[in-house]
Amino acid sequence: MNASYVIRRLIYGFLLMLGVVVLNFLLIRLAPGDPAVVIAGEMGGATEEMLESIREAYGLNKPVLTQLWIYISSVAQFDLGESFFFNQPVASLIGDRIWPTILLVITAQLLSIVLGVLMGAIAARKPHGPLSALVSVLSTIGYAVPVFWTGIMLIILFASWLPWFPVEGMQSVKLRNADWWTQTKDIAHHLVLPAFTLAIIYLAQYARLTRASMLDALSADYIRTARAKGLNERIVVFSHALRNALLPILTVAGLQFGNLISGALLVETVFNWPGMGRLAFDSILRRDYPTIMGVLFFASLMVVVANLITDFSYRFADPRLKDET
Amino acid sequence: MTDLADPIKENVSRSPMREAWHMFRKNIPAMFGLILMIAILGMTLYGTLLFQGDPYEIVWAPHEPPGMTPEFPLGTDYLGRDIVAGLLSGGGPTLTVGASAAAITMVIGLLLGATAGYFGGWVDNLLMRVTEFFQVLPALLFAMVLVTLFTPSLFVIALAIGVVSWPQTARLTRAEFLKIKELEYITAARASGTPTWRIMWRFILPNAAPPLIVSATLTVGVAILFEAGLSFLGLGDPNVMSWGLMIGANREYILDAWWPVTIPGLMIFLTVFSVSLIGDGLNDAFNPRLRQR
Repeated sequence: MNASYVIRRLIYGFLLMLGVVVLNFLLIRLAPGDPAVVIAGEMGGATEEMLESIREAYGLNKPVLTQLWIYISSVAQFDLGESFFFNQPVASLIGDRIWPTILLVITAQLLSIVLGVLMGAIAARKPHGPLSALVSVLSTIGYAVPVFWTGIMLIILFASWLPWFPVEGMQSVKLRNADWWTQTKDIAHHLVLPAFTLAIIYLAQYARLTRASMLDALSADYIRTARAKGLNERIVVFSHALRNALLPILTVAGLQFGNLISGALLVETVFNWPGMGRLAFDSILRRDYPTIMGVLFFASLMVVVANLITDFSYRFADPRLKDET
Repeated sequence: MTDLADPIKENVSRSPMREAWHMFRKNIPAMFGLILMIAILGMTLYGTLLFQGDPYEIVWAPHEPPGMTPEFPLGTDYLGRDIVAGLLSGGGPTLTVGASAAAITMVIGLLLGATAGYFGGWVDNLLMRVTEFFQVLPALLFAMVLVTLFTPSLFVIALAIGVVSWPQTARLTRAEFLKIKELEYITAARASGTPTWRIMWRFILPNAAPPLIVSATLTVGVAILFEAGLSFLGLGDPNVMSWGLMIGANREYILDAWWPVTIPGLMIFLTVFSVSLIGDGLNDAFNPRLRQR
């Protein structure tokens, strides 16, 4: 992986984010009505001074291109405006909420990849066995179940019948001041159901993909060689075949990230998880546009960063690509 | 001997679409999906005619469990509204939005993908950058923003879903066009002076159709889930009952009553499930050799 490749990818990611900022800007202007009123949101009629100060801050009396420039340069300084509903700068509002979302999304991603790959790899050893059938049934079901509904079903199950996991929020109120280890355990405990809900959909997809990709890999010549030289079957499957079968998984995992964030939005709302999705929901109900646009910006940023990481790790995982520019 | 002769004759005489239908008909899960879909369509189309009830009308005590009162076989919700009435009239909007959003997705995806794949060069480059840009935006969030900025009518919702879901279709179309345009019969068509649009529309598209039909089917499923998610969040058209809205409205009370949330969710699941079975069946029918997978 050479430096010019990394720099080119970084510049490209930056341009994508610039696109998101321009899109945000256009969306506010395309909305019917006075942009200042739109930005002020549903506050039961903003006062004239307030609208005037918004017009001042966003330069709404200036030509459109100047407005765009003002908007871009303030976003570049992570100034995403003021939320009139929460009465806080949007950047700090999101700063508080972004970590729970990252925690939820990454946990769900890891859970679905690890379990899915394991299931798919085992299923591929018997392409017509019961586990293979289960994988294809599960992936069809996983595709068809609305994620918010799965969450609600799990809440019904775990709130009334099996009270093993908390069904709401991220932390227990009474443990807010406990030592960090107790708090970590508490958060992990709260994380189980939301992360699992989100992981279920993708788990089956990864299992199905791994199974197909493993079937390809297992029929390759080098596997026959490995078997012929008498290697343990487990080593053949898990260290020779799986290594090569993982490349397509990596690609899909990168592409799924955006969908995962969309799913997190719903899951957070169901489980009252204090992340960006919940924030998006609250701010949309209040028509708090600066916050909504801020969430859109940061959520896109997460996808861009995830894509960059996928890109780089792909090159790391596939030595054939290392020297390509 | 007839056993041997038949398959050969079938393969020679049938058109590809009839051949696919023949394969599809023998596929049990796919036929099950088709029948399920027809049943759901029939229920939502004719159910409202046979069973006249306003889904918003309060008809009974709240939270009547299913099976307790013969007039309300599936019980009532938190306000005492009939669940059956909700299911019947909520299906229409859900399916309409799903189907029209999928249609919009396909139109945008086909146009952009075909243009990019056929012309290549800077056109391809530009359109693919646009596609990547739309893939960066978290789809549901972007759709939420669009629906909030403009009035949430069924049309705006379908449009918002279409605008966020086309990139995959565009990529698929592009890949197919890239592959097919290199074939000799296209060169021949070009050499004989066939207009470009005619080559794209009449010569390439029909041959690219099988994967696109499968993808269109699956897009309907995704669009239905999308619509359900938006209505669940309360961002649907507030004047129209839908399955997602029923779940969203009743979710505060799930610990008192499971049925007002569980039943509409099952309907969404069954609908998307049937679409997915049909899609898988079409895929198998168009690519019989891949079936072993």
